[in-house]
Amino acid sequence: MSNKFIIMDNDKDNCATALVDISQDMELEVNHEIIKINQDIPLGHKFALKNIQKGEKIMKYGQIIGIATEDISVGDWVHTHNITSHYLEEVSQ
Amino acid sequence: MEEFLGYERPKGEVGIRNKIAIISSVVCVNHVAEEISNQVENSVAITHPLGCGQFGPDFSYTLRTLVGLGKNPNVYGTVVVGLGCENITSKLIGKQIKRAKKPIEYFDVQDVKGGTIAAVEKGIKIGNKMAEEAKELKRESFDFSNLVLGLECGGSDSISGITANPAVGIISDKIVELGGTSILPEFTEWVGTEHLLMERAKDQKIAEKIKETIDTLLNNTMKLGIDFRGIQPTPGNITGGLTTIEEKSLGTIAKAGTAPIQGILEYSEKPKGKGLWLMIEPGLDVESMTGLAAAGAQIIVMTTGKGSPCGNPIAPVIKICGNPKTCDWMDCNIDIDASTIITEDKKVEHVASNLWDKVKRTCNGEKTSAEILGFEDIAIWRCSAAPFQAFQSQ
Repeated sequence: MSNKFIIMDNDKDNCATALVDISQDMELEVNHEIIKINQDIPLGHKFALKNIQKGEKIMKYGQIIGIATEDISVGDWVHTHNITSHYLEEVSQ
Repeated sequence: MEEFLGYERPKGEVGIRNKIAIISSVVCVNHVAEEISNQVENSVAITHPLGCGQFGPDFSYTLRTLVGLGKNPNVYGTVVVGLGCENITSKLIGKQIKRAKKPIEYFDVQDVKGGTIAAVEKGIKIGNKMAEEAKELKRESFDFSNLVLGLECGGSDSISGITANPAVGIISDKIVELGGTSILPEFTEWVGTEHLLMERAKDQKIAEKIKETIDTLLNNTMKLGIDFRGIQPTPGNITGGLTTIEEKSLGTIAKAGTAPIQGILEYSEKPKGKGLWLMIEPGLDVESMTGLAAAGAQIIVMTTGKGSPCGNPIAPVIKICGNPKTCDWMDCNIDIDASTIITEDKKVEHVASNLWDKVKRTCNGEKTSAEILGFEDIAIWRCSAAPFQAFQSQ
């Protein structure tokens, strides 16, 4: 059996990283709940573990890796089209 | 109690190898050092393209690095060969290595009648005597407070940061918990996480030093027309799934676990205490590992995604890889397969446990892939003095 995804910090993260190419409409069990994947998620890419509102922080490793630039639904692909750098926007000014 | 079998040095430091280092002080006599090393058992040639016409920080880096490599506890004794007219002389290097109270001899080719042939003979004679003495020394048990671990990554891919790097982070934390030392180099890859590194600093002064170091890097490179923040993550990283600069850097610094940061070291500078340290070094793997060994690291763990073969002549380098294809295709270059996190449903902690076993076996004398294949790479960081930087920017 292989792992399909990995969550770096189970308590804080709101996204998971695909360890294989995950197809749209695939249903994954995450912490005893089923998440339906809304787009194809290639290996190494991320998907949302919960609904995230525009402006909310994206968490991986239990740390902030970005800010949502639009509303993101659970199961959505999370990448440059819907998040931006928190470091560049707010820290490194 | 966790222990390893090492060699005790005169000032109480502990080596995990017992090598004779043949160091050339200047590029002109690299071949002399190599010829000597070829004839001396258990020796390594430390050669480089530098040693003369160097000034300012470059002079200091080269000198400190060559001295540090000779002083590294994995070295039993050192022979330094110079030419005689260079500005980083064998005497300058030799006298500083002498402070480690280990066997050391130095001489210049121009002082030996008979040219390089006679100089090679002289070096072999000295080296062989040291090699014979070195054989008398036996391994004894020591605890891990005596170990300095170097953290490196190269040929990374988008899964390095979620597989091999966090596994190395667990080992770095373990060494620190056991009273040892760990060093994270490659400051270009801290950019985007400085606020997080500052939070981990042991005090406010160190936190400010971290910020100041990264600000200086960003400002200096900006003067050359380069914005580090704008070029990360690279297009290849983005295709691989990394979205923001902080996400990429978080994957990199995952190697350094969660321990508090004790301070920032200059390139090749020895840590002033135990625990986790950062080292200023720009991110070329071989330069970085040379700096780690010169700072006293007896062992280096290097993560790779796409597969990197390089090693170090003084400190054994353990390779750990999270990419299943690389683990298969470059099997001979990889010591620990972290791709089981993907292929076999293993946890990061499981891989870390395999890595810890390999660290202990390597300390006890087992060779790493890079050692078996003979990768003994040296590169010394040159930051170039200001006038040349200005010239370059025009």
